[in-house]
Amino acid sequence: MSAPAERTIRVNGAPCRVWEKGRGEPLAILAPFGGWPRWTPFLESLATRRRVVVPSIPGFPGGLGHDRLDDLPDWIAATLDLLEGAGVAGADLVGLSVGGTLAAEAAAFSPGIARRLVLVAPFGLYDAAEPTADPWAQRLEDLPALMCSEPGRFAAELLPTSGEDAVERQVLVLRAFEAAARLLWPNVELGLHKRLHRIRQPVLLVWGSGDRVVPPTYAKRFAAGMAGPTELREVAGAGHRVDLDAPEALAEAILAFVGSGIADPDRRAEA
Amino acid sequence: MKLLWFHLMPYTDLPEDFAARYGSVWVDIDPRLFDPRRGHQLYNEFMDELEHAAEVGFDGICVNEHHSNGYGLMPSPNLIASALCRRTRDAAIVVMGNSLALYNPPTRVAEEFAMLDCISGGRLVAGFPVGTPMDTCYAYGQNPSLLRARYHEAHDLIVQAWKAEAPFTFHGRFNKQRYVNVWPRPIQKPHPPIWIPGGGSVETWQWCAREDYVYAYLSYFGYQAGRAVMRGFWDEMDRLGKDRNPYRAGFLQFVGVAESRDAAMRIYREPAEYFYGRCLAVDARFAAPPGYTTEATIRSKVTSQLAQAARKADEAKRAFSAPTFEEIVAKGYVVVGSPDEVADQLRTVATELNVGQLMLLLQFGNMRRDATLYNTELFAKRVLPQLRDLFDDRWENRWWPKPLPREERAVPLRGPAQ
Repeated sequence: MSAPAERTIRVNGAPCRVWEKGRGEPLAILAPFGGWPRWTPFLESLATRRRVVVPSIPGFPGGLGHDRLDDLPDWIAATLDLLEGAGVAGADLVGLSVGGTLAAEAAAFSPGIARRLVLVAPFGLYDAAEPTADPWAQRLEDLPALMCSEPGRFAAELLPTSGEDAVERQVLVLRAFEAAARLLWPNVELGLHKRLHRIRQPVLLVWGSGDRVVPPTYAKRFAAGMAGPTELREVAGAGHRVDLDAPEALAEAILAFVGSGIADPDRRAEA
Repeated sequence: MKLLWFHLMPYTDLPEDFAARYGSVWVDIDPRLFDPRRGHQLYNEFMDELEHAAEVGFDGICVNEHHSNGYGLMPSPNLIASALCRRTRDAAIVVMGNSLALYNPPTRVAEEFAMLDCISGGRLVAGFPVGTPMDTCYAYGQNPSLLRARYHEAHDLIVQAWKAEAPFTFHGRFNKQRYVNVWPRPIQKPHPPIWIPGGGSVETWQWCAREDYVYAYLSYFGYQAGRAVMRGFWDEMDRLGKDRNPYRAGFLQFVGVAESRDAAMRIYREPAEYFYGRCLAVDARFAAPPGYTTEATIRSKVTSQLAQAARKADEAKRAFSAPTFEEIVAKGYVVVGSPDEVADQLRTVATELNVGQLMLLLQFGNMRRDATLYNTELFAKRVLPQLRDLFDDRWENRWWPKPLPREERAVPLRGPAQ
């Protein structure tokens, strides 16, 4: 698994990392709760068949500037700036968890921002009859089991890699939790249900069947509000962080929806 | 030095198996545990106790703000303070305080504190806490990532409102008010003394130094645990070139005084074990919302909590364990003894920590009114006189209320109780 190309763009003056790897049509990805401190097998799997572009959400690993975003309009504008700055405005867009919330909001406000949309267990709706869990009201040691069906996979995200400073890793991880909290607190509803009808592009909604954070039944709630065609997929056994629990299965589901190498002349030739 | 009598107003009837059965005393405490008839008695008893403390000679009486909390029954300390203003004559009314980011608009705090300052004849101390995570982020749903910025802006707005000599427009990041004009105006000029109850963050110390406010460390874990924090505070004052005036600092200490140490151990065991065993059962889920602690403070901790947490992921949860009274006393959470023993210990506490505004919890846990009044009276008669003169030969308390002259202060028609 070789490293992706890395560059930095500025959103509201703050640096945000952009990873890029693979060939063909761009596929923009917005990270889930916790973000990605390092390149992951899920991203690698997508990059074998699409040009994957991963701009870091402000405050998530690789990005700063969440502390300049005070309300939802600030976050939406920053997301649009981020996607445009990364050169993926109008491309297929994948948003996972918190990144899914931002992808959905961006699409509702600026329909041209995404060609097709993949939302993987996004936050953003709230049904009191079946509430989402509150990841910001957990003992830290309980968080891995909340996020993944195999807790060790999320726990590993919290720990420094060899040679990395433990406290700096902690700052990085907690900053990502904070950035997500800053957007979503107190984790009920941001009003997305009033805007869902503005999402008109084709949408794939993917959920881990074992999601303990946003119940899988929310897929239908999202789909019901959207104006365009929707598809629902469930990844058996995966938790909220589907990308950690089932990286290959998630990548397959996404590629089956957005297609692989649509305009990639090499791949077309192979076909 | 100043000796102040502080009431948390704990609910006194939590069941014995509270920690094991109900989990958390804060945020999601079972509302069915609150009996309003009992609440009626408790509020009145607690206000009696505060008034009594003023009557027997404590320099100030203190109230504070908590929400959804089984050991703190004052979501609005200003309501209690208002009643105390009427029923006391000389004691400082110390509201410790209003969590600024919870008031919308924050001019509400400027107004209510100005009312209290007027009613009391200028006896108010205005406490400005950020507020705990449990109160602010969970019980009141405030965004932890925005809380401090909102707090500081609210502070700026309130102080500006108190000082302004004409209506003004406040165009802040979070608060936009076209017409700010606080009526009534506080008696104390430019405003009542401002005290900041805080944890041990260096940013708070620096801010208190810059604004010339009192820093008050209100811990429930006594002087032994408070030593490191207060040392850090004074080191920072040295670094900033501020003097070591002990009145810059406040500190909270639980005390149980009796004729002898044995008697004190007998009288105060149950209320102390009640407090430390039931009232501090706070679910760790509500202790650390992301963003509440600044990155600078996270970096100042030596070990990574995340690494510890990850290691503990598969271990059995550590159950909340209630300390025995012997442990509570040994660790200095509660200072107990005869009047002379308590005076000696508190003199050491005040001198070592260099604290001039000493706040005392003489009611804690489920301590009944008779024991509370006994503790209060004995302290006032036999401990307080031994400590009162400390520091005053060298230092001026610039942070104490400056009320109207006594003869100019209103006397309620029915006469103040004290």
